Parts: sequence; structure tokens; C-alpha cells
Amino acid sequence: MTPALEAVDVTRTYEMEGVEVTALKGVSLVIENGEYAAILGPSGSGKSTLMHLLGALDRPSSGALRVGGRDVAELNDGELAELRNEHIGFVFQSFHLLARTTAVDNVSMPLMYRGIGRAECRRRAVAALETVGLGHRLDHRPNQMSGGEQQRVAIARALVGAPKVVLADEPTGNLDTRTGHEVMRLLEELNREQGVAVILVTHEPEVAVRARRQIHIRDGLIERDEATARPEPAAEGDE
Amino acid sequence: MRPAELFRVAFEALRVNRMRSLLTMLGVIIGVWAVVVLVAIGSGAKSMVQGEIEGLGSNIIFVVPGELGFGAAPTVSRMDLDDVALMRRIAGDTRVTSSLTSGETVRAGRQEAFATVVGSDENVPNVFKRPLAKGRYLSKIDVETRRRVVVLGSQTASKLFGDVDPLGRQVAIAGGRFRVVGVYAQVGQSFGQSRDAELQIPLTTAQRLLNASRVDFMAVRAPSAEAVDGLQKQLVAALSDRHPGDKFSAVTQTELLGTIGKVLGALTGVLAAIAAISLLVGGVGVSNIMLVSVRERTKEIGLRKALGARQRDILIQFLVEAVLLTSIGGLIGIGLGVGTALTIAELSPVPAVLAWWSLALAFFVSAGVGVFFGVVPARRAGRLDPVIALRTD
Repeated sequence: MTPALEAVDVTRTYEMEGVEVTALKGVSLVIENGEYAAILGPSGSGKSTLMHLLGALDRPSSGALRVGGRDVAELNDGELAELRNEHIGFVFQSFHLLARTTAVDNVSMPLMYRGIGRAECRRRAVAALETVGLGHRLDHRPNQMSGGEQQRVAIARALVGAPKVVLADEPTGNLDTRTGHEVMRLLEELNREQGVAVILVTHEPEVAVRARRQIHIRDGLIERDEATARPEPAAEGDE
Repeated sequence: MRPAELFRVAFEALRVNRMRSLLTMLGVIIGVWAVVVLVAIGSGAKSMVQGEIEGLGSNIIFVVPGELGFGAAPTVSRMDLDDVALMRRIAGDTRVTSSLTSGETVRAGRQEAFATVVGSDENVPNVFKRPLAKGRYLSKIDVETRRRVVVLGSQTASKLFGDVDPLGRQVAIAGGRFRVVGVYAQVGQSFGQSRDAELQIPLTTAQRLLNASRVDFMAVRAPSAEAVDGLQKQLVAALSDRHPGDKFSAVTQTELLGTIGKVLGALTGVLAAIAAISLLVGGVGVSNIMLVSVRERTKEIGLRKALGARQRDILIQFLVEAVLLTSIGGLIGIGLGVGTALTIAELSPVPAVLAWWSLALAFFVSAGVGVFFGVVPARRAGRLDPVIALRTD
């Protein structure tokens, strides 16, 4: 079966004020469907760049990157956007919800870009919000919700299009410990029950340790790529 | 995204920044407003003047010395009663009316007024549409015997006599005493002069009173529309024959209508073009505010792209927003323009002509302004790199 994501000797070089900066120096990586992995590294390690590449937001400078089996080098901007839409769900540290827009409308957005009608979008968005336990917050706006609720809306938005991979960039970074745990449990539940591959991008080892696999990035290279030593934590025993 | 959804999102974006949207629209509103009002009033003025000329009667040829036209130098007339007789031989005795005009102070009792005194003849009702309110027209006898009788314009009559019936009363004109024999019904103005403010006395009497032998103006009524052109040439030829070296003009009503139509049309066009400049300035304002909006919403654009929006989706989203902005502005401008034009029409003699096509044009032009000035900001939005856009704070 085609792996969810596949990077072969990927590099990414930026030009910043005339100076070439190499953020990734040759990364090879396979993420299988249904995996639960963490990309771990200090800031400036290249982990954000890797996330952007894996999320089909960016193209590598060299090497091959296949998202859902499709080589991003062969896709134009529009096709890349469609690939993102169908294959990837993003969860960001600062939620990135549209202010003044209801939870349902925020969650509907990925479907809107598929050209799906409003009624159907709403139906699926409501279902996604119910999955994350926000069936009672459908028409609330972000400023009427707590941080944890906002992140759960963002998770619903990441899921609504039934992607193969959810990329979560510091999903607990703006949340208190307790709410952070809840959000993590929700992601793990989705991973377990819906078979979505979840990739955490984080600099916190205590978050990364929850994943089954840890990929350590340093200076644009994979330093270590290993299974987490201890078994998957039981959801109850963690508090 | 589906079109309905696009409009909903764009409308929402404008609603959120209500004050800014309104101020941005203002440029378009004022531009469209001005264009609509000017075109309505300009067309109104044109139709009014044309109505006045048509209201004079039909198939009329105006014979004047020199050139008749806007900007032509006034010419002292060399035409006299012999020329009038010549015209009558050509066109028929009752089809020619002639006049000599002078501004004089006229008096009745203690009332005084400055009025246009027109030396005229018995053919006024045969050539022009000029109904009487009471009394009679000047007669052939009046002209032949140089009677001191006068027919008053409606406005002169009410100025000098108020509610008193002026028939049979005396009016002093340039030192002479005249008996009122008739009062014209109200007719409005033509050639910028109120014909209601004039008074008519026999041409011969006027010549003696002003110590002049000239005739300023003749009007000839052709028997039919087809006869106008032939008659016009005949008249000019005959006059040029009698006065070699002098120039005469015989202008038909159609020519006059054409000239006035052209002049007023051009004037309206120039004014509307000036007004359209403000529409252009409004468009620049839209462009400017859209650029600001794109910058402010960089993160939103990044997010939308991350969720699967294509470059085209973002471009269209911002373009729809710009077009919605200018279209709403255009509609408001049209509404205000129609209101203003109708108010002006109510308060002044100039009617408002509101052609549906000109309103439709105003609407589509404002929508077009949105496309034209929205496309640069929208393209900039569409091209934003999602990685950079998401990073922006």
C-alpha cells in the first residue's frame, strides 16, 4: 500500500537577504497510513520546514517528496492545493480559526473548496464537531470559546475532509496542561478509531513521548528515528 | 467555492469593516451620483430646449442677417420692409412674419417694467403657435396705418396691470401711448428669452418709434416639411441678390434642433466626463483599501491555502469583494442620483430625463471599476506563499 507520506533525500534551501540558508540537508522518511509519530527538535532545527513540506505547503529544493503517492514536483499550484485539501489536515499552535466566523463555518471551509454545497458542508461539519465533543457549540464564534474548545474546532476542521494525515504543529503550545492533555487524547482517539496518521511537530519531549514513533531533527538532518520505548500510554493513567 | 458562498464570504468581510467599506464606497457613490445627476439634467435641458423650439410651430425657417449660430458675432441688420415684401412674394403673403426688437422701459399708471418691445405684424398666428389669452392679434390695418396698439406677453401684463383686465388700457412705450388690444397666453421661453416678458406693437409703428427702417428677423412657415429645404435656398438666394456682399442665413427648425442638441449633448458629455474622474479616484481608493485588506488578512489567506484554496480561489474571493464594494456603491450612487435629479426637476423648470440604459450603464461601470481596481490586490493575495502567510503575525 502507498505510504501516506514519503520523503527521499529531501533538501530545502531558502534565500534570505541574499544569503542561502539550508533548512533541510537531506531527509528521508516514510510515514505509513495510521501511524502516530512525533517530529521533535529545537527551534531552528528545520522541523517546521519539514512539516510544511510534508503538508504539501512547500516544494523541496531537491529530492523526492510523495504525498499520498503523488510526487509534489510534478504538481502545479492548483493540484498541490487539491492534494492538500484531500490528503492533509492541519492543526496549528494558535488554532488559526477565522474570527467572527462560527464553528460550523470554520469547519466547513475545507469542504467549501471542494465545491460542496452549503447544506452538505454544514451536515458534515456538524458531524465533525460532534466527534470532537462540540455538538453544543456549533454556532459559537472563536471569541466565545475557550482555548481548548477552539483547538477542538481546529481538529474538527482538520478531520472534516477525511484526510489521510493530520499534521499537528505544537497543538498544545497555547493551552494549559490539562486542556493540552484533552486535546492530545482527542488526537489519539482519532488516530486509533479513524485510522488517520497523526504527526505531532513539537519541541517538548513530554508531548512527543506520547507518540509511537519519535523523529528527532537537528540542524536539518534526522538525528534519530526510533519507536518510543514505553508502550502507548493508557488514556486514563496519564492525569 | 460555489458562487453563492463566494458572495456570502465577501459580503461578510465588508460587513465586518462596515465603516471602512462605507468610506471606500463613498468615492464610487459620489462619482456615480454626479454622473447620474448630470446626465439626467443635461438630457432634460436638451429635451426642454428642443421642446421649446418644436413648440414654436412646425416647418419654420428663421431668416436673419449674418450667421446664425452659437458664438457668431451679432450683425446689424440691413434687411428692410422691401425684403419682407420680397419674402412674401416668394413664400406667400401670410407665411412671413417679420420683427424689429428693442429693449424699452414701459409704464402703465405707476407700474414700470423693462421689457422687450417687438415690432411685429399680423402674421404671428399664421407662422407661430402663439395662442391669445384675451383680445386680438395685431391686424394688417394696425401695421399699414401705424396704429399705436399693443399685445402684451402674459408676464408683462401681470407686471403692469396685476389682476386688472388690461384690455383697452394705456401703456407708455418710449414716450408714446399705446392701447392694449390683446394679451398672449403663457408660452415660456425660447432662445433663452422669456417670450412672456415681451410686448408686441405693429412693425411700422416700432420703426417710427425707434427711428429705424430695419427689420431684424423674419420667420417663414413652409407649407409642408418637404417644402422647407427648397424654400430655404430660394429665400437666401433672393436676399443675397438684393444685398450683394452681405450674408444672410435661413435656418430651419431641424437645423436648429440639431445644433442645439449637439451643443447640449457635448456639454453634458464634458460634465459627465469630469464627474467620471471622481469615479476613477473612487476606484483608486478601492484598490488602496483592498491592498490594505490583503495585508491585514495575510494569515487568513495562508490558512485558506493550507485548507486547500487554490490561487484562483483566493483571487476570486478578493475580486468579488472589490466588485461587491463598488457595485453596492454604484447602486447607492444611482439611488441618490435619481433622487437628486427628481428633486432638481421638481424645483426648476429643467426636467430630468432618466433613461434606464444610462442607469444600467452606471451600474455596470461601477462593477467594472471594481474589477479593474480590484484585480491587482486580488492577484497579490492569490500569489501569497502559504508558508510565509501562515508565519505572519
